[in-house]
Amino acid sequence: MEDLLIVIIRWLHVLSGVMWIGLLWYFNFVQIPSMPKIPDDQKPAIGKVIAPEALFWFRWSALSTVVFGLVLAMMNGYLVDALVLSNALIGLGMWLGLIMAFNVWFVIWPNQQKALGMVEVEADAKAKAARTAMLFSRTNTMLSIPMLFAMVAAQNMTL
Amino acid sequence: MKNPLESLPTTVVMGLVLTVAMVLLVRAIGS
Repeated sequence: MEDLLIVIIRWLHVLSGVMWIGLLWYFNFVQIPSMPKIPDDQKPAIGKVIAPEALFWFRWSALSTVVFGLVLAMMNGYLVDALVLSNALIGLGMWLGLIMAFNVWFVIWPNQQKALGMVEVEADAKAKAARTAMLFSRTNTMLSIPMLFAMVAAQNMTL
Repeated sequence: MKNPLESLPTTVVMGLVLTVAMVLLVRAIGS
């Protein structure tokens, strides 16, 4: 019975993670590079409709990925070993994921609120917020590559 | 100087380099 529960938690962790990293890559591989090619009168469709909706699912799937991941590690009995890196591979993957989730909630989301006009700020602050959000989103894209390697390798091989 | 993270291909290459560095680190300290 506990085995089934562990499988279900792992499944929810992976489902959430696919949505999180899928949206992260959508922003970085599709939306950001496409913005300069979109006519100005059509940009509000992205800024006012698509981006806020994508950011909603992005930040909540980041949180649920972390929560289900921590529950999974606890149920499998390696949470502390991973966090102190005595179980190094899954531990590094977890720390990369935690850093990325922190970036989502405490850097990207507050700056996107300013950049998309959900929080009123002056034009200079708006431009600065958009750049900060973009650079931290890129940072997360970079970190997602070793993070996913660590997650997959920890389940499937011994280095 | 331009931030390397402004380029998507450079971001991906840096991610791959970090992956190799992480594997070497894990092999060095033991998994």
